[in-house]
Amino acid sequence: MGCRIMENVIEVKKLTKYYNELAAVDHINVEVGEGEVFGFLGPNGAGKTTTVRMLTGIIKPSSGTVSIMGIDIQRDPIKAKQMMGVVPELSNAYTELSAWNNLQFMAELYGVSKIDARQRAEELLMKFDLYGRKDHKVRTFSKGMKQKLIIAMSLMNDPEILFLDEPTSGLDVQSARLIRDMVLDLHKVGKTIFLTTHYMEEANQLCSRVAIINHGKIAAIDAPEKLKRRIGGLECVEVSFDMPVDVFDLPDISGVIDIRMSGDKLRLYTSEPGRTIYQLVDYSRSNNLEIVTLNTLTPTLEDVFIKLTEEME
Amino acid sequence: MIDQLKRACAIAKKDVRIYYLKGPVIIFGVLFPVFLFLAFVIGRDLPVDFLIAGLLSMTIFFTSMSVTPVIAPTETQTRNLERLAAAPVSITTILLGDMLASVLFGIGISLVPILSGMAIGVTVKHPFILAAGIVLAAFCFSAMGLIFSSTPTSMTSTVMMISTMVKFPLVFISGIFIPVGELPSWGRALASLSPLTYITDLCRYSFQGTGYYPIGVDIGALLLFLVIFMTAAVKLHEKSLPERL
Ligand SMILES: Nc1ncnc2c1ncn2[C@@H]1O[C@H](COP(=O)(O)OP(=O)(O)OP(=O)(O)O)[C@@H](O)[C@H]1O
Ligand SMILES: [Mg+2]
Repeated sequence: MGCRIMENVIEVKKLTKYYNELAAVDHINVEVGEGEVFGFLGPNGAGKTTTVRMLTGIIKPSSGTVSIMGIDIQRDPIKAKQMMGVVPELSNAYTELSAWNNLQFMAELYGVSKIDARQRAEELLMKFDLYGRKDHKVRTFSKGMKQKLIIAMSLMNDPEILFLDEPTSGLDVQSARLIRDMVLDLHKVGKTIFLTTHYMEEANQLCSRVAIINHGKIAAIDAPEKLKRRIGGLECVEVSFDMPVDVFDLPDISGVIDIRMSGDKLRLYTSEPGRTIYQLVDYSRSNNLEIVTLNTLTPTLEDVFIKLTEEME
Repeated sequence: MIDQLKRACAIAKKDVRIYYLKGPVIIFGVLFPVFLFLAFVIGRDLPVDFLIAGLLSMTIFFTSMSVTPVIAPTETQTRNLERLAAAPVSITTILLGDMLASVLFGIGISLVPILSGMAIGVTVKHPFILAAGIVLAAFCFSAMGLIFSSTPTSMTSTVMMISTMVKFPLVFISGIFIPVGELPSWGRALASLSPLTYITDLCRYSFQGTGYYPIGVDIGALLLFLVIFMTAAVKLHEKSLPERL
């Protein structure tokens, strides 16, 4: 038992939160190992934020336990909080303070020494492209700049575990990528990251394991690829021609169960992708059509997500 | 313990930077007592040291209680609270930080009536007792402000309204305009329930040399109110914090 606690940086047992009659989080069990990037996915209102708030000691669970690096968050919240960085879903920096003063305030709250604080603040501001604005009040920042600052603030204490609740929501492509790169950098140096997101591709790229939660219950926890294999079944061939082709014009292709239009592309769900491709090529030759793109698609994390969350309805 | 104290100071520093210049703080903390005082004093023939003592206690009362009630609702509204709740500080530490900021404001502004009093020739007979009393009262009233700010709302005006409804009556029952000794017995009983009575009495003692209560009672009562208010504030905030996120 003792050594398992060392391996699992986060251990959650039967964690439950009731809001009046509603079980926002319903007896969930989660274990996150050291150095993992763990994704926590679920539709709106599934209970992600509530879970993160309990894991970070912001609200008290109705029942169940949370242990952070072997420390019970209820019994010694200050010691547990000391080791983590938190980016809440709807948080803000102090808009009347400068970026620099916000970072220094965080350092003081976590008891970081002055020298370390100065050095770390400089590094983080450089990394997030905010150094030039460090003495400006946060009120003058754009949404993306604020979000980057908030993430920088959560890193001031050099945390072992980082909780990110929808860190890239509403950000432009560059900023979102910057944040994803930062997650990967932290992963490289062995930090543990607990991430919630609505972007499946993001979870797919970053996470070694994901949990899918719906109505406060966990539908599945596994590595993304394993989840995809688990729902497995049909593969899909996606094709587009240089001329519009209607679904009904296509010949009967053996193995194809369903054909759907998807933008300017056709998706053929098939049990025999190889044969389907041959027949598509034959079809294009005999009709003088040029194939513009041809891809085989395996189930995405999004497919897994839709399937699992629909199953629970 | 020391760590938490340092962190409380960091919170106080942040509060000083952000909240001292906020509208409600200036209005309710500085302008309000001045006008209230003028309204009562003009046209009446009362000794200057009696008046200065009353003005001083009222200033501490209003200024120390003007910062703390603003902080929690504002931080609820600006969504800074969850960040703070995620940090390794207890609720007591957060409240202590807010209280420190409020105390410094109260002490700073109360220098104004003291210095103006001295400028027109009022002498302070017991400066050390006065200093100790001011600090103690500032803590006591800041803690009282924390009780109001535990209302789970993001509307500063709501908190200000509630606190004004309590502050006003207290000013009238606390012997500021009429000495406690001259009140009828029910008035005296009422006065003994208000913390403001004791700091007013302490100020009178410091300026005029005599007060209604023994000085030990004044200090003891202020201490007792401080402990009660602080304990209540911590309990109430523990309960209301999750409702503000
Ligand atoms: N303070 C609260 N009081 C009452 N109900 C709440 C409270 N906070 C959350 N809930 C409810 O708990 C459920 C879970 O909410 P939660 O915020 O955890 O969802 P989420 O998964 O983070 O959703 P989103 O993707 O929209 O952020 C919801 O039904 C919500 O209405
Ligand atoms: Mg959420």
